[in-house]
Amino acid sequence: MTRTKRTTRAAQYVALAAYLVFLAFPFLWLISTAFKPARELGSLHPTWIPQDPTLENFRQAFDEQPLLRAAGNSLVAAVSAALIAVVIATPMAYVMARHRNRLAKAATGWVVISQAFPFVLIIIPLFLILKNLHLINSLLGLIMVYVVWSLPFALWMLVGYVRAVPAELEEAAAVDGAGKARTFVSVVAPLLAPGIVATAMFAFITAWNEFFFALVLLKTPEKQTLPVILNRFIGAEGVADLGPLAAAAFLATIPSLVVFAIIQKRITGGMLAGAVKA
Amino acid sequence: MTLATATKRSARGPRTSGPPDHGAWFLVLPALIPILVLSVGPLLYGIALAFTDSQSGRTEPTQWIGALNFQDLLHDTLFWDSFRIGLLWAFGVTVPQFFLALGLALLLNQPLRMRWLARALAIIPWAMPEVVVGIMWRLVYHPDAGVLNETLSCLGLGKGEDWLTGTATALLAVIVVGIWAGMPQTTVALLAGLQNTPRELHEAAAMDGAGAWRRFRTVTWPAIKPIALAITALNFIWNFNSFALVYVLTQGGPGGRTRLPMLFAYEEAFRYGQFGYAAAMGCVMVAVISVILAFYLVGRLKGGDEA
Repeated sequence: MTRTKRTTRAAQYVALAAYLVFLAFPFLWLISTAFKPARELGSLHPTWIPQDPTLENFRQAFDEQPLLRAAGNSLVAAVSAALIAVVIATPMAYVMARHRNRLAKAATGWVVISQAFPFVLIIIPLFLILKNLHLINSLLGLIMVYVVWSLPFALWMLVGYVRAVPAELEEAAAVDGAGKARTFVSVVAPLLAPGIVATAMFAFITAWNEFFFALVLLKTPEKQTLPVILNRFIGAEGVADLGPLAAAAFLATIPSLVVFAIIQKRITGGMLAGAVKA
Repeated sequence: MTLATATKRSARGPRTSGPPDHGAWFLVLPALIPILVLSVGPLLYGIALAFTDSQSGRTEPTQWIGALNFQDLLHDTLFWDSFRIGLLWAFGVTVPQFFLALGLALLLNQPLRMRWLARALAIIPWAMPEVVVGIMWRLVYHPDAGVLNETLSCLGLGKGEDWLTGTATALLAVIVVGIWAGMPQTTVALLAGLQNTPRELHEAAAMDGAGAWRRFRTVTWPAIKPIALAITALNFIWNFNSFALVYVLTQGGPGGRTRLPMLFAYEEAFRYGQFGYAAAMGCVMVAVISVILAFYLVGRLKGGDEA
């Protein structure tokens, strides 16, 4: 019995190791490529660890492509979209969580259905609408699209957070004569703060990483976001250009990874539960 | 009012209350207006466009042409080729991904050492921009500087290939990337389901002498089945509609071997300017996916009743 148990455990470790290799190796290879000098990239037998690590690729990446401006555009778009999304989604999520009327049902239906939209059906009308508003090739137009696009997930997350707040608190506020909007602003919203922050960060990551809408809606390099500029890098690249490409791709990932690491803690930390008890 | 509805709700469970008061409208409108203008409106507009001859940069007014776009689509073999590739891709990614993620979730649910590292690594692809995932795998698959060919030649498994431009390998190569990129969502969802499985049931089944497979069949699977259904359905939709990953990896090449329907429709709309025709493609995509999903979900739910 114990013997079979031990073999099972060993097999589990082997399987886990295989998963780790599969999940990690592409990322490690990206980092390895980013630090390799051009000479090594062209060698017949590329190695895992650069023999002669260099930062040259990073310098070259900044020289060849407008990475800083693109990162600035991405930052403006992602931060604005995330902030606007939580500001308008939180009150709506509150109503969806607390009222079971037709409007709340319709909103829930929209959240579900919007997952199945093929973007091509949405992007053509959006393109025409934004064109009429002269918001093509404008970050403002892109931000508007990102806000609406991140709403389904934001609503879904926030409805869950609202449900975790005991309704008794609101009832007490109502007895004290506070209206719905007032109750929401002064009683519910503060308790939701950690959830709102996590939702905003998730919306930030989604917008920072987004490619399709940015590709269609932004035309000139001055306006384009990081993923679109990175995509311009790709193409008929020679082996020597792989280094700068890898370096730029690596840098573009860091903000998302950092934010993602922070939310992990927020979500698992149970800060909301603590806030309600306190 | 709030107190009354709240008490009724807790006493009788969910119920429909009257229209929300002004306060509630005030809370809903800031989100409702953008949703109507930039999501619901465009969706209806897009469906309407499918019945017009709308083109980009044309001076004559757009006209209604009835179902002409759909008739053209019916005979557009390129589109149906692309549709077939889209289905191959969607199944080819969703099914293996589900089993791989289930295996990983089961492992992560065990008291193993290094589990934290595996959990952290398992969610990294989730946080990465799809363009970066594409670039990363281009580096892995690169015929000269890539790690895959180098590893294969070290192991004596041939000289290697140009994976993304070979007609025989391109679709398989992008499917592997699709599986890799979607692992986190699926694993996290299944792991959440596993952690809600009642432990006592497991122990009771073990006491009765049930083996690991029997315990999985009778205790674990029924508990995670709803989540498994939901996540595979969602994955299927997301995969069928995916764009960025394959666009970055192959641009739909070689010779259209990886041209997913989204890439096809994108080119039709924004390279050739055929807005109406591309919108009709979008409608067909939604319709077919809805039918497939309806069959899947109905079939699965019935299967649950029999079990």
